Amino acid sequence: MSVPIHPLAVSAYTVTSALGHGLHDHLHALDTARSDLRANDFSSAPLACWIGRVAGVENITLPSAFAAWECRNNRLAWLGLNQDGFADRVRAARERYGAERVALVLGTSTASIGATEEAYRRLDADGRMPADLRRPAIHVPHSLVAFVAEALGLEGPALTMSTACSSSAKVFASAERMIRLGLVDAAVVGGVDTLCDSVLFGFNALELVSPEPCQPFDRARRGISIGEAAGFALLERTDAHPDAPRLLGYGESSDAHHMSTPHPEGLGAEFALRDALARAGLEAAQVDYINLHGTASQKNDEVEAALVSRAFPATTRASSTKAFTGHTLGAAGILEAAFALLAMEHGLVPGNLGCNDPDPACGPQFAWRNEQKRIDIALSNSFGFGGNNACLAFGKAAA
Amino acid sequence: MSHWPVYVEGVGLWSPQLADFAALRAWLAGAPLPPPAARPAANVLPANERRRAPESVLLATEVAGQAVAMSGRQASDLACVFSSAYGDQAITDYMCETLARDPSALSPTRFHNSVHNAPAGYWTIATDCHAPSAAVCGYRASLGAGLLEAAMQTIADQRPVLLVCSDIAGTGPLGTMTESRQAFGCALVLVPQASPHSLARLELTPTRQSAATAAPSPLPATWHEANVTAAAALPLLLLLAGHGAHYTLATAGSVGLDIHLEEVA
Repeated sequence: MSVPIHPLAVSAYTVTSALGHGLHDHLHALDTARSDLRANDFSSAPLACWIGRVAGVENITLPSAFAAWECRNNRLAWLGLNQDGFADRVRAARERYGAERVALVLGTSTASIGATEEAYRRLDADGRMPADLRRPAIHVPHSLVAFVAEALGLEGPALTMSTACSSSAKVFASAERMIRLGLVDAAVVGGVDTLCDSVLFGFNALELVSPEPCQPFDRARRGISIGEAAGFALLERTDAHPDAPRLLGYGESSDAHHMSTPHPEGLGAEFALRDALARAGLEAAQVDYINLHGTASQKNDEVEAALVSRAFPATTRASSTKAFTGHTLGAAGILEAAFALLAMEHGLVPGNLGCNDPDPACGPQFAWRNEQKRIDIALSNSFGFGGNNACLAFGKAAA
Repeated sequence: MSHWPVYVEGVGLWSPQLADFAALRAWLAGAPLPPPAARPAANVLPANERRRAPESVLLATEVAGQAVAMSGRQASDLACVFSSAYGDQAITDYMCETLARDPSALSPTRFHNSVHNAPAGYWTIATDCHAPSAAVCGYRASLGAGLLEAAMQTIADQRPVLLVCSDIAGTGPLGTMTESRQAFGCALVLVPQASPHSLARLELTPTRQSAATAAPSPLPATWHEANVTAAAALPLLLLLAGHGAHYTLATAGSVGLDIHLEEVA
């Protein structure tokens, strides 16, 4: 079923997370192995855990034309769009192709539910939402895409992908199909998720939140640290940008196992990997670096380490970057796609931060410290609740 | 401008008035409606899952099961796209109310059922489906966005795709924002080639005209007004039931999809 694809150019990309605003801050943090997790100072009631909080979101106000979209998630989206000249690159694409020929496909798991939570904390005497939050469009999961479409002046197809933690990886697949079939000439993909009580207390109720900074693939790992992020990429045909890095392939699959626990043998994850390699026309041994899902949950890391061990030679380097940023949920796909792209561009294998005593399931592929290495092919894994898996394959521009 | 043909092999439908697509056809033919069902049977789910699953999952898996049964295909072979404008509003209402009162009391099961892809998760688990599964939305254009995503998969990868569009009624303070008055769900099995199971061929054409246009509906206005998904879906279901041949469906702010139906069977 895996139809090989023509590569697409990733003509621009940007990310904003706890590590900072834009690519430079992210590269610097990777380079210096610096985590920016901090003790939880966000939730509306105390919760002892560590979070990846983006600095400065509270200080942002959306331009008055977008006032109806005010909420933390859209502020973070706005902050993210305005890094690395990304909004200008989209403007250029819009002028080149026409606003209706640029698709918008973004992933999010909770969108602006933080605003709905706030409304419930501030119900009036009649049990109604406070007047300033009686804005129906921010109480639906499409609020992010609707806002970004308006902010970027895009008039093409606009789709929200919400498959939990694989959301902003799967957007690359949807966009590729739209471009392949000629529905559009370019697509803005990405995702935004913000910290909110729902995810902090929800994952805590599932006993998946670590009381310490998360330790991906460590024998003593105790769970995830939740973070927030905004990231975007612009996809176009390669002839328009022959020197840009490329989306070579993607894989999508379902575990068919359990709502909140991965398949014990990583069956779905392996299907997604095989699908991505087949679409990209690659052998596993050609992969230089894999940015792993690596959440630091007991089961994910065990299953993913075993998959890496059985599928790749030691020359393929692998690491999780969750200890840098926390698990940014619906934004993890785009954030870690950006890490894979940065790794290729700068020949940097980011060390798997947070692990002092590797789980015995980890093979020789794991990079525990930073390594300098030419990276031509990089993968990024994203696995979500409901057994929803995605794997992205990126490559350098052909020499 | 591109034209994309897709073939419909199965149709699922559930609302408090209509238990399936056959009930819609019968009503259109003048038959009286049977008494309304209390909730979707969702027989595709194992009994223990059916007891635990939230209403949004029962609704989505009920219509999905109907459409797949009509197609005669194996559910495990179908990629699936689940679209919902609001997700499970009852769980969102519960979560926001609990978080405002006592965050530490949040139920772990209701939290994992709150993800937008919960219906896709329950469905793929129940049918042992390892194919790609997506959960999407587009607010008022959620049906159009879901149909576009499903059609792109059908045509780009030449594979059969299950499309499910469903929304339950709103509750609590959130319900006053969503104005979803009652549950409505529908499902289509879309395939790239004609087959003995083809019910209809749909010719899809993207258009700049995003305002929905459909022939006057013979259905009670309250059915259309149930929620945004019902409003978008019923004109398409009427086409499939033999009433009319053309419908323009919104897929995003300023993009629509022209749907021309050619009867096959």
